[in-house]
Amino acid sequence: MAGVTNHELVTLLTARFGGKIIGVNEPYGLLTFETTKDVIIDVLEFLKENAIANFNFLTDITAVHYPGKKHGIAVVYHLHSMVKGVRIRVKVFIDEHHPEIPTATTLWNGANWMERETYDLFGVRFEGHPDLRRILNMDDLGVHPMLKQYPLEDPNRVDKKDEYFGR
Amino acid sequence: MSDINIVDAPPGIEGSGFFATSLDKVIGLARSHSLWPLPFATSCCGIEFMATMGSHYDFGRFGSERLSFSPRQADLLMVMGTIAKKMSPVLKQVYLQMAEPRWVMAVGACASSGGIFDTYSVLQGIDEIIPVDVYVPGCPPRPEAILDGFGKIQELVKNESGRRRNSDQYREMLASYGIQ
Repeated sequence: MAGVTNHELVTLLTARFGGKIIGVNEPYGLLTFETTKDVIIDVLEFLKENAIANFNFLTDITAVHYPGKKHGIAVVYHLHSMVKGVRIRVKVFIDEHHPEIPTATTLWNGANWMERETYDLFGVRFEGHPDLRRILNMDDLGVHPMLKQYPLEDPNRVDKKDEYFGR
Repeated sequence: MSDINIVDAPPGIEGSGFFATSLDKVIGLARSHSLWPLPFATSCCGIEFMATMGSHYDFGRFGSERLSFSPRQADLLMVMGTIAKKMSPVLKQVYLQMAEPRWVMAVGACASSGGIFDTYSVLQGIDEIIPVDVYVPGCPPRPEAILDGFGKIQELVKNESGRRRNSDQYREMLASYGIQ
């Protein structure tokens, strides 16, 4: 199989985007880097379209919340090159109070539901998404439950106290 | 020679050429042995129900051979499995579409109380949105437990007054769920 090494990919990306490619790392051999939200779609398009890397498959879009950090929401893209048999991970850190990022539905139709899920659970607003509404939770939930600002359980609840269960 | 058992007649006054009992008891007897269940199966309890319907446990022995997949013809709503809050309007709609008299059985820990899913997205028991007649505990309950719960439903059906569904108390109970 004509693969492509992580080193070649980094060279390719920095040649095209220069200082916009930061925090390059390879945990367990999976090439991971950060970029900024103004070039993220260009980066993804470059990874998808260029003949050397050819990351034609969008595996997942999700997010991570780091409460208290300046850019507290990381939007994470996992790409897979079906041609080369290589995977890559792209992270974009955005402001947790205004979590906005351009949509990837312009590149992959499959991004539609992934972005709806990320919006549902983390409140990330994907600008230009054709139908950005909740996908998993009920429409009137009112919160984005995977954000780490909520307690794990309501400390005042009385319906599941140990004494009711003989504990 | 047949070894089929026939249910005993309800208590009444018997004499030569007549048998007198109350209409409630006759109707209850008939209903309880021909309940049409609507299986609302969302997870593993539904798998146990499939075993219950199968030849080994044979739910049909109790007059429930005929599952109704239309709520309009069903007598008994069997909720088996986790009900997410997003699913709850659907479950309520199914309940509303059922004609009176209707009974509800919550099968398993999730339908009864939310079970292990003590979380924001799961309904903590279907009795938050619809009235429940019988709860079957278990995670999941064995087919025997489901049959036992069904037996409890049959007892309720047999002994229900014909006027119960028209009573103010029943209306108030439904109103407390926001129905009618």
